[in-house]
Amino acid sequence: MTVAASAPRKRVETRTLLVYAALTVGVILTLFPFAWMLLTSLKSFQELFNLSFLPSQPTLDNYRQVLTETRFLQWFGNSLLVASVTTASVLFFDSLVGYTLAKFDFPGKNLVFILILSTLMIPTEMLVIPWFVGVTDIGLTQSVPGAYFSIMFPGLISAFGVFLMRQFFDTLPNDLLEAARIDGMHEFGIFWRIALPLVRPALASLAIFTFLGNWNAFLWPLIVIQQPQFRTLPIGTALFNGEAGTQWGLIMAASSLAVIPVLIVFAIFQKQIIEGIVLTGLKG
Amino acid sequence: MPLLFFLIVRFIPTFMSLRLSLFDWNILREQQPFVGLENYRTLVADEKFGQSLRNTALYTLFGVPLQIGLGLALALMLSRVVALRGLYRALYFAPYVTPIVAAAWVWQWVFSPQFGPVNTVLGWLQLPPQPFLTSPDQALATTAGLVVWQNLGFQVVLFLAGLAAIPRSYYEAAEIDGATGTQSFWRITLPLLNPTIVFSVVTGTISYLQLFTQVVNLNFTDQGGPLGSTLTVAVYIYQMAFGRFQMGYASAITVVLFGIILAITLLQLRFLTRRYDT
Repeated sequence: MTVAASAPRKRVETRTLLVYAALTVGVILTLFPFAWMLLTSLKSFQELFNLSFLPSQPTLDNYRQVLTETRFLQWFGNSLLVASVTTASVLFFDSLVGYTLAKFDFPGKNLVFILILSTLMIPTEMLVIPWFVGVTDIGLTQSVPGAYFSIMFPGLISAFGVFLMRQFFDTLPNDLLEAARIDGMHEFGIFWRIALPLVRPALASLAIFTFLGNWNAFLWPLIVIQQPQFRTLPIGTALFNGEAGTQWGLIMAASSLAVIPVLIVFAIFQKQIIEGIVLTGLKG
Repeated sequence: MPLLFFLIVRFIPTFMSLRLSLFDWNILREQQPFVGLENYRTLVADEKFGQSLRNTALYTLFGVPLQIGLGLALALMLSRVVALRGLYRALYFAPYVTPIVAAAWVWQWVFSPQFGPVNTVLGWLQLPPQPFLTSPDQALATTAGLVVWQNLGFQVVLFLAGLAAIPRSYYEAAEIDGATGTQSFWRITLPLLNPTIVFSVVTGTISYLQLFTQVVNLNFTDQGGPLGSTLTVAVYIYQMAFGRFQMGYASAITVVLFGIILAITLLQLRFLTRRYDT
Protein backbone atom coordinates (compact mmCIF):
# COMPACT_ATOMS: atom_id res chain seq x y z
CA MET A 1 0.00 0.00 0.00
CA THR A 2 2.67 2.49 0.98
CA VAL A 3 5.32 1.09 -1.31
CA ALA A 4 6.77 3.89 -3.39
CA ALA A 5 5.42 3.79 -6.92
CA SER A 6 8.75 4.98 -8.24
CA ALA A 7 10.60 1.98 -6.78
CA PRO A 8 11.73 -0.60 -9.33
CA ARG A 9 9.14 -3.35 -9.84
CA LYS A 10 11.48 -6.17 -8.95
CA ARG A 11 12.03 -4.94 -5.40
CA VAL A 12 8.32 -4.52 -4.79
CA GLU A 13 7.65 -8.11 -5.75
CA THR A 14 10.32 -9.54 -3.46
CA ARG A 15 8.98 -7.48 -0.62
CA THR A 16 5.40 -8.61 -1.20
CA LEU A 17 6.57 -12.20 -1.32
CA LEU A 18 8.39 -11.76 1.98
CA VAL A 19 5.27 -10.28 3.56
CA TYR A 20 3.17 -13.20 2.33
CA ALA A 21 5.76 -15.66 3.63
CA ALA A 22 5.78 -14.05 7.07
CA LEU A 23 1.99 -13.97 7.19
CA THR A 24 1.78 -17.61 6.19
CA VAL A 25 4.25 -18.70 8.86
CA GLY A 26 2.17 -16.74 11.39
CA VAL A 27 -1.04 -18.41 10.24
CA ILE A 28 0.52 -21.87 10.46
CA LEU A 29 1.65 -21.19 14.02
CA THR A 30 -1.78 -19.80 14.89
CA LEU A 31 -3.68 -22.74 13.46
CA PHE A 32 -1.32 -25.47 14.57
CA PRO A 33 -3.07 -26.07 17.93
CA PHE A 34 -6.40 -26.49 16.10
CA ALA A 35 -4.93 -29.01 13.70
CA TRP A 36 -3.37 -30.90 16.59
CA MET A 37 -6.70 -30.93 18.44
CA LEU A 38 -8.59 -32.34 15.46
CA LEU A 39 -5.95 -34.95 14.68
CA THR A 40 -5.70 -36.09 18.30
CA SER A 41 -9.48 -36.42 18.51
CA LEU A 42 -9.36 -38.91 15.63
CA LYS A 43 -6.68 -41.09 17.21
CA SER A 44 -7.47 -44.32 18.94
CA PHE A 45 -6.43 -44.79 22.55
CA GLN A 46 -3.44 -46.93 21.58
CA GLU A 47 -2.16 -44.30 19.22
CA LEU A 48 -2.61 -41.30 21.48
CA PHE A 49 0.88 -41.14 22.88
CA ASN A 50 2.99 -41.83 19.87
CA LEU A 51 3.95 -38.58 18.29
CA SER A 52 3.02 -39.17 14.69
CA PHE A 53 1.20 -36.17 13.35
CA LEU A 54 -1.46 -38.05 11.42
CA PRO A 55 -3.54 -40.82 12.97
CA SER A 56 -2.73 -44.05 11.14
CA GLN A 57 -6.30 -45.34 11.43
CA PRO A 58 -8.62 -42.38 12.01
CA THR A 59 -11.55 -43.31 14.21
CA LEU A 60 -14.67 -41.50 15.36
CA ASP A 61 -14.76 -43.56 18.53
CA ASN A 62 -13.87 -40.61 20.80
CA TYR A 63 -16.80 -38.65 19.38
CA ARG A 64 -19.16 -41.55 19.90
CA GLN A 65 -18.06 -41.80 23.53
CA VAL A 66 -18.40 -38.07 24.18
CA LEU A 67 -21.90 -37.97 22.73
CA THR A 68 -23.19 -41.14 24.35
CA GLU A 69 -21.32 -41.55 27.64
CA THR A 70 -21.07 -37.97 28.87
CA ARG A 71 -23.61 -35.19 29.39
CA PHE A 72 -22.10 -33.29 26.50
CA LEU A 73 -25.40 -32.76 24.68
CA GLN A 74 -27.05 -31.51 27.85
CA TRP A 75 -24.24 -29.00 28.41
CA PHE A 76 -24.54 -27.92 24.81
CA GLY A 77 -28.28 -27.38 25.22
CA ASN A 78 -27.81 -25.40 28.44
CA SER A 79 -25.25 -23.15 26.78
CA LEU A 80 -27.53 -22.66 23.80
CA LEU A 81 -30.46 -21.68 26.06
CA VAL A 82 -28.43 -19.31 28.25
CA ALA A 83 -26.69 -17.64 25.32
CA SER A 84 -29.91 -17.25 23.30
CA VAL A 85 -31.98 -15.74 26.10
CA THR A 86 -29.27 -13.29 27.18
CA THR A 87 -28.69 -12.27 23.56
CA ALA A 88 -32.39 -11.56 22.95
CA SER A 89 -32.61 -9.57 26.17
CA VAL A 90 -29.45 -7.56 25.48
CA LEU A 91 -30.58 -6.71 21.95
CA PHE A 92 -33.92 -5.38 23.15
CA PHE A 93 -32.85 -3.44 26.26
CA ASP A 94 -29.52 -2.17 25.00
CA SER A 95 -30.97 -0.79 21.80
CA LEU A 96 -33.80 0.86 23.75
CA VAL A 97 -31.40 2.49 26.22
CA GLY A 98 -28.91 3.39 23.50
CA TYR A 99 -31.67 5.01 21.45
CA THR A 100 -32.93 7.00 24.43
CA LEU A 101 -29.43 8.24 25.23
CA ALA A 102 -28.72 9.18 21.62
CA LYS A 103 -31.97 10.82 20.59
CA PHE A 104 -33.63 12.30 23.68
CA ASP A 105 -32.65 15.10 26.00
CA PHE A 106 -33.40 14.71 29.66
CA PRO A 107 -31.75 16.04 32.81
CA GLY A 108 -28.77 13.98 33.90
CA LYS A 109 -28.47 12.24 30.51
CA ASN A 110 -24.69 12.42 30.42
CA LEU A 111 -24.38 11.32 34.01
CA VAL A 112 -26.47 8.23 33.27
CA PHE A 113 -24.27 7.41 30.30
CA ILE A 114 -21.06 7.84 32.29
CA LEU A 115 -22.42 5.73 35.13
CA ILE A 116 -23.33 2.91 32.73
CA LEU A 117 -19.90 3.06 31.11
CA SER A 118 -18.12 3.15 34.45
CA THR A 119 -19.57 -0.26 35.33
CA LEU A 120 -17.16 -1.69 32.75
CA MET A 121 -14.32 -0.96 35.17
CA ILE A 122 -15.81 -2.92 38.07
CA PRO A 123 -14.10 -6.31 38.07
CA THR A 124 -16.43 -9.31 37.85
CA GLU A 125 -14.60 -10.83 40.83
CA MET A 126 -15.91 -7.97 42.95
CA LEU A 127 -19.52 -8.64 41.96
CA VAL A 128 -19.69 -12.42 42.12
CA ILE A 129 -19.45 -12.62 45.92
CA PRO A 130 -22.49 -10.36 46.58
CA TRP A 131 -24.34 -12.03 43.69
CA PHE A 132 -23.66 -15.42 45.19
CA VAL A 133 -24.72 -14.34 48.69
CA GLY A 134 -27.88 -12.76 47.25
CA VAL A 135 -28.83 -15.71 45.04
CA THR A 136 -28.28 -18.14 47.93
CA ASP A 137 -30.24 -15.99 50.37
CA ILE A 138 -33.40 -15.95 48.28
CA GLY A 139 -32.97 -19.64 47.39
CA LEU A 140 -33.14 -18.86 43.68
CA THR A 141 -31.19 -21.94 42.60
CA GLN A 142 -33.75 -24.36 44.08
CA SER A 143 -36.15 -24.41 41.13
CA VAL A 144 -35.35 -25.17 37.50
CA PRO A 145 -36.29 -21.76 36.02
CA GLY A 146 -34.63 -20.10 39.03
CA ALA A 147 -31.40 -21.98 38.42
CA TYR A 148 -31.31 -20.93 34.77
CA PHE A 149 -32.22 -17.36 35.69
CA SER A 150 -29.42 -17.18 38.26
CA ILE A 151 -26.90 -18.17 35.57
CA MET A 152 -28.24 -15.56 33.16
CA PHE A 153 -29.17 -12.47 35.13
CA PRO A 154 -25.79 -10.68 35.09
CA GLY A 155 -25.78 -10.79 31.30
CA LEU A 156 -29.33 -9.61 30.60
CA ILE A 157 -28.22 -6.04 29.87
CA SER A 158 -24.72 -5.12 28.81
CA ALA A 159 -22.98 -1.78 29.32
CA PHE A 160 -20.81 -2.40 26.29
CA GLY A 161 -23.94 -2.92 24.19
CA VAL A 162 -25.53 0.31 25.40
CA PHE A 163 -22.38 2.13 24.35
CA LEU A 164 -22.30 0.44 20.95
CA MET A 165 -25.96 1.13 20.20
CA ARG A 166 -25.70 4.75 21.29
CA GLN A 167 -22.81 5.28 18.88
CA PHE A 168 -24.89 3.90 16.04
CA PHE A 169 -28.13 5.72 16.82
CA ASP A 170 -26.14 8.93 17.06
CA THR A 171 -25.42 8.71 13.34
CA LEU A 172 -29.11 8.60 12.35
CA PRO A 173 -30.40 11.92 10.94
CA ASN A 174 -32.88 13.59 13.28
CA ASP A 175 -35.03 14.88 10.40
CA LEU A 176 -36.07 11.36 9.60
CA LEU A 177 -37.42 10.79 13.10
CA GLU A 178 -39.01 14.26 13.12
CA ALA A 179 -40.84 13.47 9.89
CA ALA A 180 -42.32 10.36 11.45
CA ARG A 181 -43.35 12.34 14.51
CA ILE A 182 -45.15 14.89 12.34
CA ASP A 183 -46.95 12.02 10.65
CA GLY A 184 -48.31 11.18 14.11
CA MET A 185 -46.37 7.99 14.75
CA HIS A 186 -45.92 7.18 18.45
CA GLU A 187 -42.43 7.14 19.94
CA PHE A 188 -42.09 3.40 20.35
CA GLY A 189 -43.28 2.90 16.78
CA ILE A 190 -40.58 5.25 15.53
CA PHE A 191 -37.96 3.34 17.46
CA TRP A 192 -39.23 -0.07 16.44
CA ARG A 193 -40.11 0.53 12.81
CA ILE A 194 -37.74 3.26 11.67
CA ALA A 195 -34.65 3.48 13.89
CA LEU A 196 -34.04 -0.21 14.56
CA PRO A 197 -34.08 -1.42 10.95
CA LEU A 198 -31.52 1.27 10.11
CA VAL A 199 -28.98 -0.02 12.60
CA ARG A 200 -29.23 -3.65 11.59
CA PRO A 201 -25.43 -4.10 11.21
CA ALA A 202 -24.90 -2.93 14.78
CA LEU A 203 -27.58 -5.29 16.04
CA ALA A 204 -25.93 -8.16 14.21
CA SER A 205 -22.51 -7.52 15.67
CA LEU A 206 -23.91 -6.94 19.17
CA ALA A 207 -25.86 -10.20 18.87
CA ILE A 208 -22.75 -12.13 17.92
CA PHE A 209 -20.57 -10.64 20.66
CA THR A 210 -23.19 -11.19 23.33
CA PHE A 211 -23.81 -14.73 22.21
CA LEU A 212 -20.10 -15.55 22.16
CA GLY A 213 -19.51 -13.91 25.52
CA ASN A 214 -22.27 -15.91 27.19
CA TRP A 215 -21.43 -19.09 25.32
CA ASN A 216 -17.93 -18.88 26.80
CA ALA A 217 -18.82 -17.39 30.21
CA PHE A 218 -16.89 -19.15 32.92
CA LEU A 219 -16.39 -17.50 36.30
CA TRP A 220 -19.99 -16.84 37.31
CA PRO A 221 -21.47 -20.13 36.01
CA LEU A 222 -18.67 -22.03 37.78
CA ILE A 223 -19.72 -20.42 41.05
CA VAL A 224 -23.48 -20.47 40.75
CA ILE A 225 -24.19 -23.86 39.17
CA GLN A 226 -24.60 -26.44 41.89
CA GLN A 227 -26.31 -29.32 40.13
CA PRO A 228 -24.68 -31.18 37.21
CA GLN A 229 -27.78 -30.91 35.01
CA PHE A 230 -27.45 -27.12 34.77
CA ARG A 231 -23.80 -27.12 33.70
CA THR A 232 -22.98 -25.14 30.60
CA LEU A 233 -20.49 -26.32 28.02
CA PRO A 234 -17.38 -24.57 29.45
CA ILE A 235 -18.14 -25.75 32.98
CA GLY A 236 -18.95 -29.28 31.85
CA THR A 237 -15.75 -29.60 29.85
CA ALA A 238 -13.67 -27.98 32.59
CA LEU A 239 -14.88 -30.49 35.17
CA PHE A 240 -14.56 -33.30 32.64
CA ASN A 241 -11.06 -34.01 33.84
CA GLY A 242 -12.26 -34.92 37.30
CA GLU A 243 -14.79 -37.37 35.92
CA ALA A 244 -12.72 -38.97 33.21
CA GLY A 245 -9.16 -38.76 34.55
CA THR A 246 -7.45 -36.98 31.67
CA GLN A 247 -8.66 -39.00 28.72
CA TRP A 248 -7.02 -36.88 26.09
CA GLY A 249 -8.81 -38.44 23.16
CA LEU A 250 -12.20 -37.66 24.69
CA ILE A 251 -11.15 -34.18 25.78
CA MET A 252 -9.93 -33.33 22.27
CA ALA A 253 -13.14 -34.68 20.74
CA ALA A 254 -15.22 -32.61 23.18
CA SER A 255 -13.07 -29.55 22.47
CA SER A 256 -13.49 -30.03 18.73
CA LEU A 257 -17.25 -30.33 19.15
CA ALA A 258 -17.25 -27.13 21.21
CA VAL A 259 -15.04 -25.20 18.81
CA ILE A 260 -16.43 -26.23 15.43
CA PRO A 261 -19.94 -24.70 15.78
CA VAL A 262 -18.42 -21.43 16.95
CA LEU A 263 -16.02 -21.34 14.01
CA ILE A 264 -18.87 -22.05 11.58
CA VAL A 265 -20.92 -19.20 13.05
CA PHE A 266 -17.86 -16.97 12.84
CA ALA A 267 -17.27 -17.88 9.20
CA ILE A 268 -20.86 -16.98 8.34
CA PHE A 269 -20.95 -13.68 10.24
CA GLN A 270 -17.32 -12.67 9.78
CA LYS A 271 -18.23 -9.34 8.19
CA GLN A 272 -20.53 -8.19 10.98
CA ILE A 273 -18.11 -9.25 13.71
CA ILE A 274 -15.28 -7.32 12.16
CA GLU A 275 -17.50 -4.32 11.52
CA GLY A 276 -18.50 -4.37 15.18
CA ILE A 277 -14.89 -4.35 16.33
CA VAL A 278 -14.08 -1.58 13.90
CA LEU A 279 -16.86 0.67 15.13
CA THR A 280 -16.16 0.25 18.83
CA GLY A 281 -12.41 0.52 18.36
CA LEU A 282 -12.53 3.66 16.29
CA LYS A 283 -15.17 5.48 18.27
CA GLY A 284 -14.08 4.24 21.68
CA MET B 1 -35.92 0.85 34.28
CA PRO B 2 -32.70 -0.53 32.74
CA LEU B 3 -30.88 1.91 34.98
CA LEU B 4 -32.50 0.13 37.87
CA PHE B 5 -30.99 -3.08 36.53
CA PHE B 6 -27.51 -1.58 36.57
CA LEU B 7 -28.18 -0.35 40.08
CA ILE B 8 -29.22 -3.79 41.34
CA VAL B 9 -26.72 -5.88 39.42
CA ARG B 10 -23.62 -3.66 39.42
CA PHE B 11 -23.65 -0.70 41.80
CA ILE B 12 -25.30 -2.16 44.89
CA PRO B 13 -23.07 -5.29 44.81
CA THR B 14 -20.04 -3.01 44.57
CA PHE B 15 -21.00 -1.34 47.83
CA MET B 16 -21.94 -4.69 49.31
CA SER B 17 -18.41 -5.88 48.58
CA LEU B 18 -17.02 -2.83 50.31
CA ARG B 19 -19.21 -3.59 53.33
CA LEU B 20 -18.46 -7.32 53.30
CA SER B 21 -14.75 -6.60 53.39
CA LEU B 22 -15.19 -5.13 56.87
CA PHE B 23 -16.64 -8.36 58.28
CA ASP B 24 -15.24 -11.77 59.00
CA TRP B 25 -17.91 -13.15 56.70
CA ASN B 26 -18.11 -16.89 56.29
CA ILE B 27 -21.16 -18.30 54.53
CA LEU B 28 -20.97 -21.57 56.47
CA ARG B 29 -21.40 -19.88 59.87
CA GLU B 30 -24.33 -18.23 61.62
CA GLN B 31 -22.33 -15.38 63.10
CA GLN B 32 -20.73 -12.76 60.87
CA PRO B 33 -18.68 -10.55 63.21
CA PHE B 34 -17.67 -7.01 62.26
CA VAL B 35 -13.88 -6.72 62.21
CA GLY B 36 -13.26 -3.29 60.70
CA LEU B 37 -10.05 -3.11 58.73
CA GLU B 38 -8.73 -6.43 60.05
CA ASN B 39 -9.03 -8.10 56.63
CA TYR B 40 -6.91 -5.42 55.05
CA ARG B 41 -4.28 -5.80 57.78
CA THR B 42 -4.13 -9.54 57.14
CA LEU B 43 -3.85 -8.84 53.43
CA VAL B 44 -0.72 -6.71 53.75
CA ALA B 45 1.09 -9.56 55.49
CA ASP B 46 -0.32 -12.32 53.25
CA GLU B 47 2.55 -13.76 51.24
CA LYS B 48 0.31 -15.67 48.85
CA PHE B 49 -1.55 -12.48 48.02
CA GLY B 50 1.79 -10.78 47.38
CA GLN B 51 2.74 -13.59 45.02
CA SER B 52 -0.57 -13.39 43.17
CA LEU B 53 -0.12 -9.64 42.79
CA ARG B 54 3.41 -10.06 41.42
CA ASN B 55 2.26 -12.75 38.98
CA THR B 56 -0.64 -10.59 37.78
CA ALA B 57 1.78 -7.71 37.18
CA LEU B 58 4.07 -10.06 35.22
CA TYR B 59 1.19 -11.33 33.06
CA THR B 60 0.13 -7.78 32.29
CA LEU B 61 3.62 -6.44 31.57
CA PHE B 62 4.42 -9.44 29.39
CA GLY B 63 1.10 -9.99 27.67
CA VAL B 64 -0.20 -6.52 26.82
CA PRO B 65 2.90 -5.21 24.99
CA LEU B 66 3.40 -8.55 23.25
CA GLN B 67 -0.13 -8.81 21.88
CA ILE B 68 -0.17 -5.16 20.83
CA GLY B 69 3.28 -5.34 19.20
CA LEU B 70 2.55 -8.57 17.35
CA GLY B 71 -0.95 -7.41 16.44
CA LEU B 72 0.37 -4.16 15.01
CA ALA B 73 3.14 -5.92 13.07
CA LEU B 74 0.68 -8.38 11.53
CA ALA B 75 -1.82 -5.63 10.74
CA LEU B 76 0.87 -3.56 9.00
CA MET B 77 1.85 -6.56 6.90
CA LEU B 78 -1.77 -7.39 6.10
CA SER B 79 -2.50 -3.83 5.07
CA ARG B 80 0.19 -4.17 2.39
CA VAL B 81 -1.30 -7.20 0.70
CA VAL B 82 -4.52 -7.23 -1.25
CA ALA B 83 -5.02 -10.83 -2.29
CA LEU B 84 -6.30 -13.19 0.44
CA ARG B 85 -6.41 -10.43 3.07
CA GLY B 86 -9.83 -11.46 4.29
CA LEU B 87 -8.81 -15.09 4.56
CA TYR B 88 -5.67 -14.32 6.57
CA ARG B 89 -7.64 -12.01 8.84
CA ALA B 90 -10.23 -14.72 9.49
CA LEU B 91 -7.58 -17.33 10.20
CA TYR B 92 -5.80 -15.12 12.72
CA PHE B 93 -9.13 -14.36 14.36
CA ALA B 94 -10.12 -18.00 14.86
CA PRO B 95 -8.47 -18.49 18.29
CA TYR B 96 -10.33 -15.44 19.63
CA VAL B 97 -13.73 -17.08 19.15
CA THR B 98 -12.54 -20.42 20.51
CA PRO B 99 -13.95 -21.33 23.93
CA ILE B 100 -11.20 -20.69 26.48
CA VAL B 101 -11.65 -24.04 28.18
CA ALA B 102 -11.13 -25.94 24.94
CA ALA B 103 -8.19 -23.73 24.03
CA ALA B 104 -6.60 -24.38 27.43
CA TRP B 105 -6.91 -28.13 26.98
CA VAL B 106 -5.32 -27.98 23.56
CA TRP B 107 -2.53 -25.75 24.88
CA GLN B 108 -1.79 -28.20 27.66
CA TRP B 109 -1.62 -31.04 25.17
CA VAL B 110 0.57 -29.13 22.70
CA PHE B 111 3.02 -28.16 25.45
CA SER B 112 2.89 -31.46 27.30
CA PRO B 113 6.44 -32.36 28.41
CA GLN B 114 6.37 -35.98 27.20
CA PHE B 115 3.79 -36.10 24.42
CA GLY B 116 3.62 -32.54 23.14
CA PRO B 117 4.54 -31.66 19.57
CA VAL B 118 6.47 -28.58 20.74
CA ASN B 119 9.05 -30.70 22.51
CA THR B 120 9.20 -33.00 19.48
CA VAL B 121 10.10 -30.03 17.29
CA LEU B 122 12.70 -28.92 19.86
CA GLY B 123 14.13 -32.44 19.63
CA TRP B 124 14.49 -32.14 15.84
CA LEU B 125 16.39 -28.89 16.40
CA GLN B 126 18.75 -30.72 18.80
CA LEU B 127 17.42 -28.69 21.73
CA PRO B 128 16.69 -30.20 25.14
CA PRO B 129 12.99 -30.80 25.98
CA GLN B 130 11.39 -28.19 28.22
CA PRO B 131 9.04 -28.80 31.18
CA PHE B 132 6.75 -25.81 30.30
CA LEU B 133 3.65 -25.92 32.50
CA THR B 134 5.19 -28.27 35.02
CA SER B 135 8.05 -25.94 35.95
CA PRO B 136 7.68 -22.96 38.30
CA ASP B 137 9.95 -20.93 36.00
CA GLN B 138 8.14 -21.56 32.72
CA ALA B 139 4.50 -22.06 33.69
CA LEU B 140 3.63 -18.36 33.81
CA ALA B 141 5.14 -17.61 30.40
CA THR B 142 3.41 -20.64 28.85
CA THR B 143 0.07 -19.51 30.32
CA ALA B 144 0.62 -15.95 29.10
CA GLY B 145 1.38 -17.42 25.68
CA LEU B 146 -2.09 -18.97 25.59
CA VAL B 147 -3.73 -15.63 26.41
CA VAL B 148 -1.70 -13.80 23.76
CA TRP B 149 -2.49 -16.49 21.19
CA GLN B 150 -6.21 -16.06 21.90
CA ASN B 151 -6.20 -12.26 21.85
CA LEU B 152 -3.95 -11.70 18.88
CA GLY B 153 -6.65 -11.94 16.20
CA PHE B 154 -8.75 -9.31 17.91
CA GLN B 155 -5.79 -6.92 17.98
CA VAL B 156 -5.06 -7.54 14.30
CA VAL B 157 -8.64 -6.71 13.27
CA LEU B 158 -8.64 -3.60 15.45
CA PHE B 159 -5.36 -2.24 14.05
CA LEU B 160 -6.35 -3.08 10.47
CA ALA B 161 -9.43 -0.94 10.95
CA GLY B 162 -7.34 1.84 12.45
CA LEU B 163 -4.90 1.71 9.54
CA ALA B 164 -7.70 1.76 6.99
CA ALA B 165 -9.03 4.97 8.55
CA ILE B 166 -5.81 6.87 7.84
CA PRO B 167 -6.25 8.93 4.64
CA ARG B 168 -3.95 7.80 1.82
CA SER B 169 -3.28 11.40 0.86
CA TYR B 170 -1.17 11.86 4.02
CA TYR B 171 1.26 9.22 2.84
CA GLU B 172 1.30 10.60 -0.67
CA ALA B 173 2.08 14.07 0.65
CA ALA B 174 4.87 12.66 2.83
CA GLU B 175 6.32 10.86 -0.15
CA ILE B 176 6.38 14.02 -2.26
CA ASP B 177 8.25 15.71 0.59
CA GLY B 178 10.80 12.88 0.37
CA ALA B 179 9.96 11.06 3.61
CA THR B 180 11.14 7.46 3.93
CA GLY B 181 8.80 4.62 4.83
CA THR B 182 10.21 4.54 8.36
CA GLN B 183 9.63 8.25 8.82
CA SER B 184 6.06 7.93 7.55
CA PHE B 185 5.44 5.19 10.11
CA TRP B 186 6.69 7.21 13.07
CA ARG B 187 5.24 10.56 11.98
CA ILE B 188 1.93 9.53 10.43
CA THR B 189 0.90 5.97 11.24
CA LEU B 190 1.66 5.86 14.95
CA PRO B 191 0.20 9.26 15.93
CA LEU B 192 -2.98 8.63 13.94
CA LEU B 193 -3.32 5.14 15.38
CA ASN B 194 -3.08 6.57 18.88
CA PRO B 195 -6.81 6.27 19.73
CA THR B 196 -6.80 2.62 18.64
CA ILE B 197 -3.62 1.88 20.60
CA VAL B 198 -5.00 3.57 23.71
CA PHE B 199 -8.18 1.51 23.40
CA SER B 200 -6.08 -1.66 23.10
CA VAL B 201 -3.82 -0.83 26.01
CA VAL B 202 -6.67 0.11 28.34
CA THR B 203 -9.01 -2.80 27.55
CA GLY B 204 -6.06 -5.22 27.42
CA THR B 205 -4.76 -4.14 30.81
CA ILE B 206 -8.22 -4.41 32.41
CA SER B 207 -8.62 -7.94 31.11
CA TYR B 208 -5.11 -9.09 32.11
CA LEU B 209 -5.56 -7.73 35.63
CA GLN B 210 -8.61 -10.01 35.92
CA LEU B 211 -6.96 -13.07 34.35
CA PHE B 212 -8.77 -16.15 35.62
CA THR B 213 -10.21 -18.65 33.18
CA GLN B 214 -7.02 -19.56 31.33
CA VAL B 215 -5.06 -20.00 34.57
CA VAL B 216 -7.69 -22.15 36.23
CA ASN B 217 -8.11 -24.37 33.21
CA LEU B 218 -4.44 -24.95 32.62
CA ASN B 219 -4.07 -26.12 36.20
CA PHE B 220 -7.45 -27.38 37.20
CA THR B 221 -6.09 -29.69 39.84
CA ASP B 222 -4.19 -27.22 41.97
CA GLN B 223 -5.32 -23.94 40.41
CA GLY B 224 -2.13 -22.03 41.10
CA GLY B 225 0.41 -23.79 38.97
CA PRO B 226 3.64 -25.30 40.27
CA LEU B 227 4.46 -23.60 43.61
CA GLY B 228 1.80 -21.00 42.95
CA SER B 229 3.80 -19.68 40.01
CA THR B 230 0.77 -18.95 37.83
CA LEU B 231 -1.60 -17.79 40.60
CA THR B 232 -3.37 -14.53 39.76
CA VAL B 233 -5.28 -12.16 42.02
CA ALA B 234 -8.58 -13.29 40.49
CA VAL B 235 -7.79 -16.96 41.09
CA TYR B 236 -6.76 -16.19 44.67
CA ILE B 237 -10.07 -14.38 45.24
CA TYR B 238 -11.89 -17.43 43.91
CA GLN B 239 -9.95 -19.78 46.18
CA MET B 240 -10.64 -17.64 49.25
CA ALA B 241 -14.33 -17.00 48.56
CA PHE B 242 -15.47 -20.31 47.12
CA GLY B 243 -12.79 -22.72 48.29
CA ARG B 244 -12.57 -21.62 51.91
CA PHE B 245 -15.77 -19.53 52.03
CA GLN B 246 -13.94 -16.57 53.56
CA MET B 247 -16.17 -14.09 51.79
CA GLY B 248 -15.10 -11.13 53.90
CA TYR B 249 -11.42 -11.63 53.23
CA ALA B 250 -12.03 -12.29 49.53
CA SER B 251 -14.10 -9.10 49.32
CA ALA B 252 -11.21 -7.13 50.76
CA ILE B 253 -9.02 -8.47 47.94
CA THR B 254 -11.63 -7.50 45.34
CA VAL B 255 -11.71 -3.97 46.73
CA VAL B 256 -7.93 -3.75 46.35
CA LEU B 257 -8.15 -5.15 42.79
CA PHE B 258 -10.85 -2.62 41.90
CA GLY B 259 -8.64 0.16 43.27
CA ILE B 260 -5.71 -1.03 41.18
CA ILE B 261 -7.80 -1.28 37.98
CA LEU B 262 -9.30 2.16 38.54
CA ALA B 263 -5.93 3.81 39.24
CA ILE B 264 -4.14 2.20 36.30
CA THR B 265 -6.97 2.89 33.84
CA LEU B 266 -7.18 6.55 34.81
CA LEU B 267 -3.40 6.96 34.62
CA GLN B 268 -3.28 5.31 31.20
CA LEU B 269 -6.10 7.43 29.83
CA ARG B 270 -4.46 10.54 31.14
CA PHE B 271 -0.92 9.93 29.88
CA LEU B 272 -1.52 8.02 26.67
CA THR B 273 -4.13 10.27 25.12
CA ARG B 274 -2.22 13.47 25.73
CA ARG B 275 0.95 12.45 23.98
CA TYR B 276 0.01 13.43 20.45
CA ASP B 277 -2.21 16.43 21.11
CA THR B 278 -0.80 18.93 18.66
